[in-house]
Amino acid sequence: MLNFLLRRVAIALPTVILISIFVFGLQKLLPGDPVLAMAGEERDPEVIEFLREKYRLNDPVPVQYLAWVKGALTGDLGISLRTNQPVTELIGQKLPVTIQLAVMALIFAMVIGIPAGILSAVKKGTVTDYVANVVALSGLSIPNFWLGIMLILLVAVNWQLLPASGYVPPSEDLWLSIKTMLMPAFVLGTALAATLMRHTRSAMLGVLKSDYVRTARAKGLAERRVILRHAFRNALTPIVTLTALLFGELIAGAVLTEQIFTIPGFGKLVVDAVFNRDYAVVQGIVLVTALGFIVMNILADAAYFVLNPRLRKQ
Amino acid sequence: MAVFLIYRLVRLQIICHQSCIGLRMGSAMVPGRIVDEGDRRDMDRPLLQVEKLKFRFRGQSQDVVEDISFRVGRNETLCIVGESGCGKSVTALALMGLLPRDSVRFGSGEIRFDGESFAPSDHDRIAAMRGDRMAMIFQEPMTSLNPAFRIGDQIAEAVEQHRKCGKAKARERAVEMLRRVGIPAPEQRMGEYPHQLSGGMRQRVMIAMALANDPELLIADEPTTALDVTVQAQILELIAELQAETGMGTIMITHDLGVVAEIATDVAVMYAGQVVEYGPAEAIFNDPQHPYTIGLMASVPSLTGPRRRLSTVPGSVPGIGQMPEGCRFSSRCPFAAPVCASRPDLAEIAPGHRAACHFAPLDQRLERRA
Ligand SMILES: Nc1ncnc2c1ncn2[C@@H]1O[C@H](COP(=O)(O)OP(=O)(O)OP(=O)(O)O)[C@@H](O)[C@H]1O
Ligand code: SF4
Ligand SMILES: [Mg+2]
Repeated sequence: MLNFLLRRVAIALPTVILISIFVFGLQKLLPGDPVLAMAGEERDPEVIEFLREKYRLNDPVPVQYLAWVKGALTGDLGISLRTNQPVTELIGQKLPVTIQLAVMALIFAMVIGIPAGILSAVKKGTVTDYVANVVALSGLSIPNFWLGIMLILLVAVNWQLLPASGYVPPSEDLWLSIKTMLMPAFVLGTALAATLMRHTRSAMLGVLKSDYVRTARAKGLAERRVILRHAFRNALTPIVTLTALLFGELIAGAVLTEQIFTIPGFGKLVVDAVFNRDYAVVQGIVLVTALGFIVMNILADAAYFVLNPRLRKQ
Repeated sequence: MAVFLIYRLVRLQIICHQSCIGLRMGSAMVPGRIVDEGDRRDMDRPLLQVEKLKFRFRGQSQDVVEDISFRVGRNETLCIVGESGCGKSVTALALMGLLPRDSVRFGSGEIRFDGESFAPSDHDRIAAMRGDRMAMIFQEPMTSLNPAFRIGDQIAEAVEQHRKCGKAKARERAVEMLRRVGIPAPEQRMGEYPHQLSGGMRQRVMIAMALANDPELLIADEPTTALDVTVQAQILELIAELQAETGMGTIMITHDLGVVAEIATDVAVMYAGQVVEYGPAEAIFNDPQHPYTIGLMASVPSLTGPRRRLSTVPGSVPGIGQMPEGCRFSSRCPFAAPVCASRPDLAEIAPGHRAACHFAPLDQRLERRA
């Protein structure tokens, strides 16, 4: 197991390096000079020179890159051109917000998607299956922004059940924090729930036809136990793998949702940084996101390993 | 006349083969296994009696099996033989209530188990006996165990389900069963996963699981086809031993007439979804009456040759939807005549011996014609 994880990390390493070089290079190719923007109207050559020195923009690009890598390895991702805050600190503030949103959305998706998928597989070809599929398709095709705005208008404005927007850290008031995040998480989770439902359904359909499910029935087990223990346990592998991979997509989808609900999360940070050519921040975000993807990938593989006795060391 | 000569020739061939099978049976033949007719009639309540079982799958125009009837007594072994696709497995699954509920359409039929009557469509009542009073071993040992669970847990689960005993007791029973089916170091094996075992070992585990609750009826669907020849013999011997110990009734589905000769009390020969000949094993072997049975006997592989699946009757089974009207065997039958366009009954031609052919009993008719 440990061996396997180490191997995965070793494979992941070049990926991270490649991504960081790519992003670094791309930034340099972009038109526009951030220093000119920062130096203000007068464009005092001394100020410009000072800023260039400060952000090491005079060094050759590879040197800049190596300096950045050296910093990154020690947890220093540079300083935001815009706010002058360390990038690590910025990310450290915003990331937990988005992770909370993503985790809650994922819980929504799993709680809705997996049971619905099991049910529609077991009731294949019946009205239940049909309804579940129609609902899933709607969940996939309804745009997030529309659903989000409708929810805000209905639940927050009309019924005044939940706060319309904003963010409360869980450390401050856990219940309020969850309440505030409920709608955005639901909006973000619907499409995922639909995807999860369809994958659960097809995984279960495959497994329900298998010989060992027949054996479980032949043993005289109750149908419930046959489905939830013998069948679902084997359908779980693709479901868990998919979920782990979808988590990365969730973070991306969170950008839009955060805009709708004005949540000060990672998404807002990304948008602001890109528009302001805040190199260091964009760079840092890309690195963290890439790392996140890779970690989720490794977790997915690890789950695959744990769920399949065949792969475990004998 | 020509027909008669062919028939004689075939019979001669069968007798030659018979002596080979006899040799092979040798000491393995359990004495007294073949119940004599008098005893048989005394037992008025067989363990299992199947009457005119008939069903099809959704979307099919003809029945997959039609008018299947047979009985199995305690301590007896009914062998069901027939070519691939003739409906042996689906018949067995129907008895267990294991056919897919959403696609099977039962036409008629009755299953009587120990005097109690069941409609074949009565899945829930049949399900209540599964794993407890009747159990099944499947054709596919490699895929019949759940890959995600330890074999010990899988056996213990069956015990716990029916005996309502604690987990510890169930595990004890599982170890005992593993030992009984000849798995060495059963305590250690309990913790292993199916993929760690060979096909033969997996089938032993399946047998242990099936027999863990002392079922009265065991259905074994080609339990050895997927296994090595040496392992095949061991598994069959194991089943025979366990049957002798417990007195259970057994339905053994097989392609191997050598196996049938060794273990059968009765034989049902199936062709294209029908029982075409049914009777005590000696009668089927010594005096086969249906042309298909005769063909099968002639194709028994010799002792030294490789074992093959039954296929030497020329031609192939018509698919569902392409069955001839009348006798389903008529498209391959060397004796087919105009009368065969009407369906022959499974008529009794000797006490307990039935054949579904217009010309059975063949001997008399052909001799009369000759
Ligand atoms: N679930 C199902 N739906 C539709 N048709 C089926 C189904 N199960 C089996 N059949 C068909 O029923 C027929 C009988 O199949 P069955 O498995 O009983 O044959 P068999 O005699 O056991 O053959 P073998 O010796 O190869 O195991 C075949 O034509 C098969 O295709
Ligand atoms: S009824 Fe006719 S076709 Fe059918 S087995 Fe007998 S002789 Fe052959
Ligand atoms: Mg079969």
